[in-house]
Parts: sequence; C-alpha cells; structure tokens
Amino acid sequence: MSDSIVVGFTVNGRRREVLTKPHHTLLEILREDLGLTGTKHGCELGECGACTVLVDGIPQLSCLLLPHQVEGKEITTVEGLAKSGDELHPLQEAFVEVGAVQCGYCTPGMLLTAKALLDENPAPSRQEIAEALSGNICRCTGYESITRAVELAARRMEV
Amino acid sequence: MRVVGKPLPKVDVRAKVTGSTLYADDLVLPDMLFCKLLRSPHPYARIKRVDVRGALEVEGVVAAITGDDLPIKYGILPVTQDEHALENEKVRYVGDPVAAVAAYDEETAALACERIVVEYEVLHPVTSIEEALSEPVDEPIHDYGGPANIHKMAALAFGDLESGFAQADHIREDVFFYEGNTHLPMEEHSAIASYVDGKLTLWSSTQTPHYVHRAVSKVMGLPMSAVRIVATPHGGGFGGKTDPFSHEMVVCKLAMVTGKPVKCTLTREEVFYAHRGRHPVLMWVRTGVKRDGKITAMHFKTALDGGAYGSYGVATTFYTGALQTATYDIPAYRFEGARVFTNKAPCGPKRGHGTPQPRFALELHLDKIAEDLGLDPVEVRRRNYVKPNTTTVNWLRITSCGLEEITNRVIQASGYHRRRRVEGHGMGFAVASYLSGAGLPIYWNKLPHSECQLKLDRGGVTAYCGATDIGQGSDTVIATVVAEELGLWPSDIRLVTGDTGLAPVDLGSYSSRVTFMAGNAALDAARKLRDLLVEVAAESMGCSPGEVEVGDGKIGALSFEETAQLAQERYGAISTAGSYRPPDLAGPYKGSGVGPSPAYSYSAAVVDLDADSKTGIVQVNKVWLAHDIGRSINPISVRGQVEGGVYMGLGEALMEEQAYRKALHKQPSMLDYKSLTFVDMPEVETILVETNDPEGPYGAKEVGQGPLLPVVPAVASAIHDALGVWVDQVPITPDKVLKALDAKVKGEAPRFGPKSFPDIPYPQCIKVDPPHVATQAV
Repeated sequence: MSDSIVVGFTVNGRRREVLTKPHHTLLEILREDLGLTGTKHGCELGECGACTVLVDGIPQLSCLLLPHQVEGKEITTVEGLAKSGDELHPLQEAFVEVGAVQCGYCTPGMLLTAKALLDENPAPSRQEIAEALSGNICRCTGYESITRAVELAARRMEV
Repeated sequence: MRVVGKPLPKVDVRAKVTGSTLYADDLVLPDMLFCKLLRSPHPYARIKRVDVRGALEVEGVVAAITGDDLPIKYGILPVTQDEHALENEKVRYVGDPVAAVAAYDEETAALACERIVVEYEVLHPVTSIEEALSEPVDEPIHDYGGPANIHKMAALAFGDLESGFAQADHIREDVFFYEGNTHLPMEEHSAIASYVDGKLTLWSSTQTPHYVHRAVSKVMGLPMSAVRIVATPHGGGFGGKTDPFSHEMVVCKLAMVTGKPVKCTLTREEVFYAHRGRHPVLMWVRTGVKRDGKITAMHFKTALDGGAYGSYGVATTFYTGALQTATYDIPAYRFEGARVFTNKAPCGPKRGHGTPQPRFALELHLDKIAEDLGLDPVEVRRRNYVKPNTTTVNWLRITSCGLEEITNRVIQASGYHRRRRVEGHGMGFAVASYLSGAGLPIYWNKLPHSECQLKLDRGGVTAYCGATDIGQGSDTVIATVVAEELGLWPSDIRLVTGDTGLAPVDLGSYSSRVTFMAGNAALDAARKLRDLLVEVAAESMGCSPGEVEVGDGKIGALSFEETAQLAQERYGAISTAGSYRPPDLAGPYKGSGVGPSPAYSYSAAVVDLDADSKTGIVQVNKVWLAHDIGRSINPISVRGQVEGGVYMGLGEALMEEQAYRKALHKQPSMLDYKSLTFVDMPEVETILVETNDPEGPYGAKEVGQGPLLPVVPAVASAIHDALGVWVDQVPITPDKVLKALDAKVKGEAPRFGPKSFPDIPYPQCIKVDPPHVATQAV
C-alpha cells in the first residue's frame, strides 16, 4: 500500500484538505472522505459520465482524476449547484418541472455538464445540447426530457 | 380531478436534483465493513477446494466465507431454487461467486480475494442453444430438467389447429432470432446488511423487497419477522434487480458472522455478470390466413438461451407464447417453448419480460404475410385486432382496449401512408400489448398483491406501502391517489415505501404492476379515510355526508386539520388500510398463470429512418408512439416512460447485445456495450390515448414496459421499407443489413437471419378448449 498524501482544493466554495492515497480518485475522495455522495459512480472507468463534476468550470470525470490533478483547483459538485435550500439553480428547477429525472442516478452528472454548456453557450441548439451531453449516459429518460429541461433553463437564464 | 392527470413534479424529485437522495452505496453505517466477492474465471467447472486462509492473513480482513457457510439454495421462483449465494460444488458461468471477504476497506477486501485459493476441475462449457439441446460432453449443468441441458419445456394448443390451417388461403413460415441484451442500470447493485438484537436489516437496490425478504429469511434460517428489507432509492432497474442476489445473501451472512454492518457494491463488470437480462430467443412461426389477411391459425415455437440458472426463466418461457393473442384474434393457437441452460450469465426479466422477442417475430411475420397477399400491413393488423371485453383463445380476459384508436392516431400523426417512397428511406409500423401487472403472484396464494395503510394524526397523513419506487414514479402515484381522495396535494403526503419492516406488503416493481395494484390499494385506503373524515365533518356541519365537498385542503366547511382533530377526538388513533388482489384470471390449464392481467395496455409505433445501402448504417429520424394508458395519473411521468421505452427499444433494435465469445462476455463495460447516447436519440412524438379501464385506479393502466415492444419490429419493418431486405435478427447492426443486401444482389432470399429452427423434443401438447367451446360444454 502506498503512503498517504495531503491534497488541498476548494469544493463548492469551501477549502478542503484531505489525507488520501495518491491512487485514490477524486470520486472516492468526494464520496468517501468528504461525504459528498451526490456525485455518483456508474463504471469508475470514465465511460458513463455519472461522476461528472466541474473542475475550474470544466466538466470532468471524477473517477479518472487523481489527487495531484486537482491540487488547488475549484471543484463544483451537485451539492454546490443550488443557491440555498429553497432556491434551486435554474437547471435544477427545469429538471424538476419537465420531468427530466426518473431514477435520478445520472442527474448530478447531467446537471453539471449542462451547467458548463450554458455557462459557455447561453442559447445552445438541440444539436449542441446533444453533443455537449453525449458523454453522459441515461438509461431511463431517452434523453428527450433532459434536452427540454436544458432548453427551458437556457431560456430562463437568458432573461 | 384535482391532482390526478395534472403535470405535477414527482414528490421525490428535488432530492434527486440536489444530490441528497441516498442510494444504497451512499449509505454509511458506523464501523461498517466492505465486502468483495471472488468470482469464477471458468464458465463451467467443479470446485475441488476453496481455501480462504490466505485471505484471513491479510491485515484488515475480518472474515472470509465460502459456499460451506451458505448451503441453502434459493431462487426467485419456488420451482427453481437452484442458486447458492456462493457456489460450493460447481461454477456455471464466468462470474459465478465462490467466496467472499469482509474487510475494513474495499481495497483490502479485493486484495484478500486474490489470496483465496480455489482448485477447479474444468468442465466442457455449453455455449449455445444448439449445444444445449445435444448430448452434453460432461454432466448436465443442473441436476434437474432435461433431456440434455433443457431446463423447461411448455406445449399448449388452443382450439382446432388442423381445421384452422385447412381453412387458410395462404400459409407462411418464418424464423427469427432475438439476441440477448442487458438492463445496464446506471447504478451498480449495492447492498448493506446489519444484524442487531437478533434482527437482520438489509438495505439494497432491489425492485422486489418482498421476494428478497423471503429469500434472505430462507437462506439465513431466520423467521421473516427477524428480517427487514429496505429497498433504497433506486438508480435504475428495468428488471435487472428483481431477483434475490448473491451479494445480498453474502452481506447478510457476513453481518451475522462479524456483528458489524457490511456493504457490497458491484463493479460495472460484475453488473454484466449479475445480468438477468433479455433472453436470446430463436423463434419459428407458422400462420394461416384468409385472402383478406384474417388469421385462421398460428403455431409459434421458441427456444430460449437461459444462461446458467433458473431465475424467472420458467415464466419467461411461457411469456414467449402468452401475449400474441392479446393483440390479435387468433382462433386456433399452438405454442411450444423450451428454455435451455448454458454456461453464460443467467438471463431473466428485462422490460417486456419474454415478450419483446415474440413481438419482434410476430409483427415482422405479419408484415411478410401482408406483402405476400399484396395488402397494406396496417390493414392486415386491423382485420385481426382483438376487441374490448372479449376472451382470447388462451383465456386472457381483455377489457379496455384502445388498439383501433392508437393505430389511427399514430398512422395519422406520422403520415405513414403518405410517406416518401425513395430508396434508403423507410417507415415501419407495429403494435403490442403488455400486462398491467401479473394476474397471479409468484407464490400462488389468496393474499393481496398490494397493501396500503394510512395514518392520520397531528403530523398529517402518512401512506405506508411496500411498493418500490425505481424511478418510474410509484411514490408519486401513491401520493397523488391519496391526495386526490383527501383533497390535498401529493407533496402533503408523507410516504414510507419499499420497506418490509415498516410498510405492508407489495409484491414489487415488476410486471408493470405498481400503478394498477398499489394505486388501487392506496385508493381503497384513501376512500375509507375520506369517508371517515366526511362523516365527522358532516356531523359537525349538521348536514348529510353526501353534501360534504372535499378539496383544496378542506373537508366541507372545515379545514383538513380541523376535521382530522375532530376525527381523533371521536375515534382516537386513526388509520385505514386498503388492499388489492386481482380477480381470479387463470385459465383452466397448467401454464395459465403466465399471461393473465387485470388489464392490458396497448402501444403502436411508427418509426421513420434512413438506411444507407453502402454502409448498412441506420439513422432513425423520428418515432411516433401512441399508448393506451387507460388514464394518466401523472402525464409527465407517463410521457417519460414512453420516451424511455422508445429509447430502450431502439437500443435493442440497433445495437445492444450481451454477446459472448465462446463462454466469455465480449463487452462487459459501458464503452463496449453499445447503447444510444444523446446524439443517437431521435425525436419522439408521444400520443396518449385514454380508454378509462374499468378496474384501474381512476382508469389507469401500465406504461413502463409496453411502449418498448412495438419499437423493435417497427425499426426492422422500416429498414425493409427503405432497402427491400428483411433483417430477421436483432440487433440490426450495419453488417447484418449489408449481408441481407448481398443476399438480395445474389438473387437469394433478400434477408439476414437464422435459416432454421432446431428439432426440440417438446412434450405432447396440452390441448385446451378455448373459452367459447368450454362454456358450451358446460
């Protein structure tokens, strides 16, 4: 077993330092060391998109990131999306309203990938939405309702 | 209706978008251990010796167990109790569990598994239906069934086949093959057990806590009263989490052995081995028709590759023959089915359970008959549709039936008959039917299939029901039904569901039964509570109960809370209970338990696609799906189920396959197991038709499984429309399209698919009089 290391980064605006192993992934650190279980795992091989988080605003697969890759970075997980307990992010509101959530297991990854898209492109076309989210697999919805939700959130965020 | 039929958000959805929903693997208990399973690397082998001493020497390991610690067999069906949590005599597929380790962390448990020594005597694996039918090289995979590696055979004949075929103007035979595929839930299976004060609790991502309850109780040798199963919020099932599983048994045992909570979460690769997915099915069908396309007789034969264990396979076998008659009036019908054991991951129920395969065959077969007769395939189907309030030749009771309307709607919306007729573009049409819950429980008894209790006190209304929300929205359905009756909002209702310790029994989220059965149980309980509150309010208001209106948080002139208080002052503690058991629907023959349902949903699909004759690549442009839902309790959720069903149907039609090279899974990863991504998914137009079923809650029927079914044949039909070739085998990958085109160019039959159906020693057919004959005899 390898020696432990300390890694420091910001999660949802809070500075954290974690004693971990150099081969542990950001996914494991978030879920097991920091108790942020909103980030999901579907394969742990970078194939499904469920574990997507934002690293300095860019969607990344937390199951493929090692501690040294996130040292000093700003990480956003699904727990950091809502402004408060009552006030959800417009994407979260739209997912709720449109019914873009069935089992909900892919939802955190979808939300964060969609957030990165809208941050960069506030009025994406359906094709652009599909391409941006094509690395996130959902087995329940057939993607249709997720597209509708991202479109709805985009319209609201533009206003 | 105040809340029924309204597009309200699901009651549990805010937790899911904020990441606060706790799925099984998110649960952490103090002093918890982590478990890993050691699985067989061989498809078929005798276990000579398992030595766990090396594992126990690893620092951080607390316990290691083998099959000797878990000797009692289990299985989902009472007739096929053929699984050990850890095998101790033979392994039957690559991935069969043989030992387990509990350690303080997962890495240590995995490392310790590598130190376990297992001595195998490798046997000759059976890898195909054909091999399973012939004399085995080594001993048969199981010590029951037979001959050879046949697990189960069924043979039924309804009505006068000979005279039916004699009356036909045209008889056609076809052979089809439907490859197996898997559920691929986003959430990997996970379970945690804790054993405290002689009571065992298992939290698991299961769709069927009640059946897990039975199995755990049996394997652990504990009374059911000492076992509690909690179905945690569910990250996707589709039928893949309806069996009791090895890892569930193992964590229970390890919790009892160590006295500590134990968790086991499968890796993605292990999920592919746990499987219980779509059976590969080879099918042969022979149908006689009149010149106008009216069916006079049908003979349908199936051969199912079941994989290594029984699972739901006996039921699946019957399902490959049961529902052909739920859409088409077939006056004489013969069905023969056989399931074989092979050394591959066990197959089981996936969305549509045993019916997408015959539906694919039947719909394409009817297309071909229409082509033979020079008739419109839609019209041929219309001429054969079952009618509402009839009984089929195999004794299925049809009540509400929207076949005509869904057909008209989907044909009209898609412009099917006005389609562009150019090479490379095509449209296909198909219909299907599915159960709103199995009419009979897995364990035959007279007990309710679903029970609901309502508690009313100063904390408001709590609904207790064993029903398990797997993302389909069953919690929302229960809350909506209760809220409708009590004049509240769904979000006002507190829910305790999927917990065998706290909530009364519901049989589980399978066979599309929950809205119909748990919905009816909740309705029963809610109407009793409403009557009680109305009576109290009427007395207080000095009027008759009939004059008291319920709604908007009020019972007559009183607020809901005031009425609740008056009711408690008068009666003390208040609770009501409701239950649902379907009417007795089984026909008078052995095997009639599979197929009956209190109501059938109907789905019709039109698929529009482009197919490239140079590359064989198929691009689906749009799918229209009309569904006879009976009535939508929540139209957002219904639409979601339709879209999800279309998506999964397209995956099965075009790319998804659980395929093997010899006995080794070819693609046990999400990258290699192809499924549709965002960019592959076409537009879906959902058309809901409400037929108001007389027995469904507010008229509702199922939607979880039906909409998948017509999509697969409609894709194949559209490819034929585009290129003039039949691909009689799914998934329809580009290579198969090209092979069919090659055959056409060479002047051979323009198709790709199986050439023949094997000889199977089916037993003598049980001859069953159809209902009208039987009634006359009485």
